[in-house]
Amino acid sequence: MVYLTRRAEFSASHYYHNPDFTPEENQRIFGKCNNPHGHGHNYTLEVTVRGEVDARSGFVMDLAELKEVLNREVLDAMDHRFLNKEVPEFRDRIPTTENLAIAIWQRLEPKLKAAELHRVRVYETPDLFVDYYGEP
Amino acid sequence: MKAHLTRRYMFSASHRLHSAEMSEEENRRVYGKCNNPYGHGHNYALEVTVAGQVDQRTGMVCNLVDLDGFVGREVLERFGHENLNTLEPFERVVPTTENLCTEIYRVLQRGFRAAAVEKVRLEETMMNSFEYSGPETQGVASREQGPKGAT
Repeated sequence: MVYLTRRAEFSASHYYHNPDFTPEENQRIFGKCNNPHGHGHNYTLEVTVRGEVDARSGFVMDLAELKEVLNREVLDAMDHRFLNKEVPEFRDRIPTTENLAIAIWQRLEPKLKAAELHRVRVYETPDLFVDYYGEP
Repeated sequence: MKAHLTRRYMFSASHRLHSAEMSEEENRRVYGKCNNPYGHGHNYALEVTVAGQVDQRTGMVCNLVDLDGFVGREVLERFGHENLNTLEPFERVVPTTENLCTEIYRVLQRGFRAAAVEKVRLEETMMNSFEYSGPETQGVASREQGPKGAT
């Protein structure tokens, strides 16, 4: 079994707000992230797939195919977007780094045929990242 | 759904590697330059990983304000800009980065309640780093590959 990781970068804005909370609760829990006009990050995404190395190609999976799926399913939808307003998952889910990693997993997992998705890692900043392994 | 969140912090401290159980000669041989009696310093990079269910209402495993507050008080203020050899945990224990890493893990396990602490990773320099996930962990290889293991 070999693990292959591909990195991608995208920039997006977001804010944190739960309509079930009072304005005071939103402010207390989310702080500066509650500003309704949003703020942005340069996200770094690392997608790890795993599989046996194909004897003929020497690949776990064709990187061109992985790159194409990443571009289509994630970057085209999220790069230079306001996540709360333009990405359907975040109409009723707060676009925290945790939920972003889960949403990216849910987008990629059904589209990857050649190898098994192992981990989605999302860096919001170099000092903060979330790993999601598909765990319930 | 369970997610794993990692936060990275920096602090600087000095130490001297010297074991009371070894002779002067043996200390010099084992620890080399690190045995210099006046000590020397590092910029440590600390990564703390917490894991748990993502709270549906907040979208979070753990509020960063809580994690940053705890690590700031209990780790960064305690160890930052200190000579580690002069601190209580290292009265009888050599302040190697291994021992500092496990001490930070114990501090977090003892006191942090907002989420489960999964792993502490400590970089002494850009060239070497140490990880500790508690006594029950079986080997580095399976841990590095995450919850499903390497099989």
